[in-house]
Amino acid sequence: MASEAAVRRPGIEPRMVAWLFAALGVAALVVILAIAARTGAIGRGNLVYDVVVDPFVLMAQAPDLLVQTLWEGLVSGVLYALIALGFVLIFKASGVFNFAQGIMVVFAALTLVGLHEKGVPALVALVLAVGVMLVLAIAVERVVLRPLVNQPDIILFMATFGLTYFLIGLGELIFGGNPKQMIARQLYLPQGATDAAIFGGRVRFQHIDIAAAAIASLMIATLAVFFSKTRIGRALRAVADSHKAALSVGISLNQIWVIVWFTAGIVALVTGIMWGARSDVSFALQIIALKALPVLILGGFTSIPGAIVGGLIIGVGEKIGEFYWGPLLGGGIESWLAYMIALLFLLYRPQGLFGEKIIERV
Amino acid sequence: MFYREAGQFKTSYAADMAVFPLRQDRIGLAAIIAVAYAVAFTGSDFLLQAVLIPFLIFALAAIGLNLLTGYAGLLSLGTGAFMGVGAYACYKLTTAFPGVNFVVWVLVSGLFSAGIGVFFGLPSLRIKGFYLAVATLAAQFFLQWCFNRVPWLYNYNVSGAIDAPLRTLFGVPIVGPTATSQTRYLVVLTLVILLTWVASNLVHGRIGRMWMAIRDMDIAAELMGIKLLQSKLLAFAVSSYYCGVAGAMMVFFWYGGAEYNVFDINQSFIVLFMIIIGGLGSLIGSFFGAALIFMLPIALGIILPAILDPFGLSIGSDTIEHLRFIILGALIIFFLIVEPHGLARLWQIGKQKLRVWPFPY
Repeated sequence: MASEAAVRRPGIEPRMVAWLFAALGVAALVVILAIAARTGAIGRGNLVYDVVVDPFVLMAQAPDLLVQTLWEGLVSGVLYALIALGFVLIFKASGVFNFAQGIMVVFAALTLVGLHEKGVPALVALVLAVGVMLVLAIAVERVVLRPLVNQPDIILFMATFGLTYFLIGLGELIFGGNPKQMIARQLYLPQGATDAAIFGGRVRFQHIDIAAAAIASLMIATLAVFFSKTRIGRALRAVADSHKAALSVGISLNQIWVIVWFTAGIVALVTGIMWGARSDVSFALQIIALKALPVLILGGFTSIPGAIVGGLIIGVGEKIGEFYWGPLLGGGIESWLAYMIALLFLLYRPQGLFGEKIIERV
Repeated sequence: MFYREAGQFKTSYAADMAVFPLRQDRIGLAAIIAVAYAVAFTGSDFLLQAVLIPFLIFALAAIGLNLLTGYAGLLSLGTGAFMGVGAYACYKLTTAFPGVNFVVWVLVSGLFSAGIGVFFGLPSLRIKGFYLAVATLAAQFFLQWCFNRVPWLYNYNVSGAIDAPLRTLFGVPIVGPTATSQTRYLVVLTLVILLTWVASNLVHGRIGRMWMAIRDMDIAAELMGIKLLQSKLLAFAVSSYYCGVAGAMMVFFWYGGAEYNVFDINQSFIVLFMIIIGGLGSLIGSFFGAALIFMLPIALGIILPAILDPFGLSIGSDTIEHLRFIILGALIIFFLIVEPHGLARLWQIGKQKLRVWPFPY
């Protein structure tokens, strides 16, 4: 008798009905606005038209511009995703929200360029830069993580703040504060651009952007294989699940943390190379790295596919928003649009699209 | 032997619950305030203008952030923007109503900052920790964009900057190019003492205990009957008020003018470092942290050349700037490892040791 009540009734769930109504409502709104615009009831200058109808009209009128904007958004989304990837790696394995990921990107790129300036050949400089990131990982584990074991998360978060400022000062001291040029040509990264005729217009694809997307995909695939197929990858996932359980099966936490920070350092190096190839290597990049935070909000803090999807959404959303809705507000909304998107997500789905539901509500 | 409560009998409940129960503490506090006022007449212009006025202003901003992050446990990275809101609000008010006493406008501009703070603090009701930091980052970048792109805020000035017009108090100029550093220092000192007294009463009373309960475990606080909605929003409001007043004072009593990139994300980070090193959840920690972080580059600029000059080595000012970052970062990590509760805890331990001196415990 009790089991009958526990059986779910087949049929339409209330949530599906709600989504159906919402979709119908949006469709009705679109039809009404289209009719109003066609008959001339609302036109340019009317606020509703400017915000809701005009951008889409512009998109349809110049589809090649739309494709160009979408491509730009995808590329910057891929780069945001790479920065977010470093965050996710460290957060999954050590539970530390590594605020210093941005400066690690800059520091790695600066090391590479600085070594090359000193006369080291490009590929050797690349290997040496990887070595420097290993030394940094070992130093961070020894000096910052090991003494702060078991402290609350907020203390570790603030320790990475200190690490950020330390690396900023160190980087400026060793390499100087001037923006530098990335050695893209010496690293055999493609230059130039191709123009494609799409939708009757011309869309320009920079070769370096295509290379960035390809390299990022390759790296994400490699990391996925690394995590699922190798022994160290399994150990990393074990540590991410539970430190105590990992310790009890004999996994050395200190070694794992060094490996994780080293992996994040390599990701930071690749990100630095790709970002630097598109624009100069300078400390302003570290502020751009703050954009990875909205990406993490969207994708969830512990999910690698989430970081990628979140990065793409933020990248595309930012560029489209800036290009089509930006002029309404006076331009320059790129600086805060990503954070507003993240804020809206936080209010309705705080764990992101892929993350685990760990947020408490009031 | 000198710092004891022996012989000090409390004869009323009020005396028993006093914030400074020891007479030596009260004498010490009075002495510090007296010295602070005396420095106005004996200190050099450089000391007042470049050291003490900004120290007091940053200490007030640090108190504001400490109320939010240290006492209520809500991490905020939007301090710079809230300081900016106070500054621009004060500018608009004083240019629109120049006849009203300027100190009144400084105190009122904090209310605008408080309103904006409450608005951006609304997400705190659903999210905690780093996620709240992202929400406040949204506030930071959006408000900074507003300071730049909303021309009404800087009175359609071509340069996009705001400047401090001449304002007087009892006939003496306190704002503007003719205001001397002594008068500005006295006004800032009085305002900071007043607002610190208010903050002290807040944190030692019912509201402070509400915030600390929320910080420690908000589910338990809610079960005890504390209304989370009102308390968190009140924390945002009060904190933003303090940051707004500090921002207004920064522009009008120290810099003399500002533009939008004065209130950027670095300002937020600096105030956050001040309260981390000074001590979360402690008013005196805000003062310690502000002193250390603000005076560090000045001290480095004096000490390092003094050490290196006898050896004939000179050190450029940009190297000092880089060293300042390195030392700052290293100090933060050092403090978090050695004493996570900051300089305020060290001060407390020192006073405790002094109470039982010459005995070890």
